[in-house]
Amino acid sequence: MFGARLDLPLARDGSGRFLPWIVALMVYLASLALAGTLVVADAVSRWDRGLTGTLTVELPAAPPGRSDGAVEAALKVLRATSGVTRADAFDAKRTAALLAPWLGTEIDAADLPLPRLIDVQIEPRAGVDLAALAERLAAAAPGAQLDDHRRWLNRVLRTALAIEIVAGVVVALVGLSAVVAVIFATRTGLAVHHGIVEVLHLIGARDGYIARQFEWHALRLGLKGGVAGLLLAIATLVGIATAGSQLSALDDAMRVLPALSAPAIEWVTLLLLPIAAGLVAMLTARITVLRALKRLP
Amino acid sequence: MVRFENVGMRYGAGPEILRDITLHLEPGSFHFLTGSSGAGKSSLLKLMYLAERPSRGLITLFDRDIATAPRREMPGLRRRIGVVFQDFRLIDHLSAFDNAALPLRVQGVPESQIKEHVTELLAWVGLGDYLNARPPTLSGGQQQRIAIARAVIRRPSLLLADEPTGNVDEELALRLMRLFEELNKLGTTMVIATHNRGLVERFEHPCLHLADGELRTERARKRSPA
Repeated sequence: MFGARLDLPLARDGSGRFLPWIVALMVYLASLALAGTLVVADAVSRWDRGLTGTLTVELPAAPPGRSDGAVEAALKVLRATSGVTRADAFDAKRTAALLAPWLGTEIDAADLPLPRLIDVQIEPRAGVDLAALAERLAAAAPGAQLDDHRRWLNRVLRTALAIEIVAGVVVALVGLSAVVAVIFATRTGLAVHHGIVEVLHLIGARDGYIARQFEWHALRLGLKGGVAGLLLAIATLVGIATAGSQLSALDDAMRVLPALSAPAIEWVTLLLLPIAAGLVAMLTARITVLRALKRLP
Repeated sequence: MVRFENVGMRYGAGPEILRDITLHLEPGSFHFLTGSSGAGKSSLLKLMYLAERPSRGLITLFDRDIATAPRREMPGLRRRIGVVFQDFRLIDHLSAFDNAALPLRVQGVPESQIKEHVTELLAWVGLGDYLNARPPTLSGGQQQRIAIARAVIRRPSLLLADEPTGNVDEELALRLMRLFEELNKLGTTMVIATHNRGLVERFEHPCLHLADGELRTERARKRSPA
């Protein structure tokens, strides 16, 4: 395919020399933007899956030194509710472990006026009426609040959507820049080889025959630059992933950062970027040449 | 074959280079096209090989009015025309073989046929040992012969040659003229633009004479006895 005989010496053009570099840079930026989108989408999806069917009941801190029975009352309501599969109160040890990243392990959580938490698991398809449950909980244990994490998750989803939109705009701008670069290189090639193009035209070459010469050349340069850009992006992503795992190993708090992971099938879309770059270059060159040839008699 | 009726031509907004050209070339005819430098010979040939459009008048090629012919038909018409350009217009990075093969390749002829035809023709014009040579490494006469081979390789219905013997010695000029006559006998309509009065007088073909953008047809002159 790439060994196709060309009547035009396009490979020697100076205009073609910089095109793979531009395409490489574009594919590099697009790969990073796309990888960012995949990672964020995967993290949101994992959080969403993890939080679906879980609820947290938060009760005000008990009066110092005594129990007010609010936890037991709330657990009773929860366990009596159809669709609730599990309801466990956080004990002092588990609460202390949650606060350890911020307060350290030296402080005894029992000495602090901390809200008490109940971890609740529900059957997602059971259709539990959360508003009614919240009312019953508030009646049984004054001040009890039911959190289905939806508000937090919605905020995360909005942020993820914003990241995806920005990444999409980056990819679109990068693609547009690549198209402009190919148009410029193709027009330069047409100007440099105007004499040969005219001879081909006059001996009866169809516009498609002449355009094909530029198409193959643009496809080759686009793929070459695209593969280089992708390899560079893969190296960068591997570097980021390695640095991220080393940070996580050093400090547990860094585990809140999303891991650089996404389903393998989605990473395959990155491998399609060089092919897309080549095809965009090819199509752009074809359209540019066909439009220019229409001006010939 | 070729019909011009009151054809005028100008480049851009400039003066008319050709005025009221009316001619009719019968299929299989052989004409010389003469005229002083700047008389419009190359412009007339450009109209014939569809490199330019007339500014007025009617041109019919192969019974097709070119003003109304759709653009997609033009390559088909051009493939029936062979052109020997005055400046050869060879492609420098291609070999002599590839230059001569170009009209067949753009037409999609299989490589096996191309090899046979091109090798034979280049050998006939004396370039059998230069198949792989690139034009810049060849003399003007050799380049001209490649240009002629490229023009005739497709056995065109109409062959237009702009000073085809300008860079070759007399012996080769006569050989090339014999080739043109052979092609003409096979049915190719010929128009040879030349300054070479000797050539025009040697061969008994009618002459189209251009002067100040206007055309005059002269009858074939009898060759004077040596």
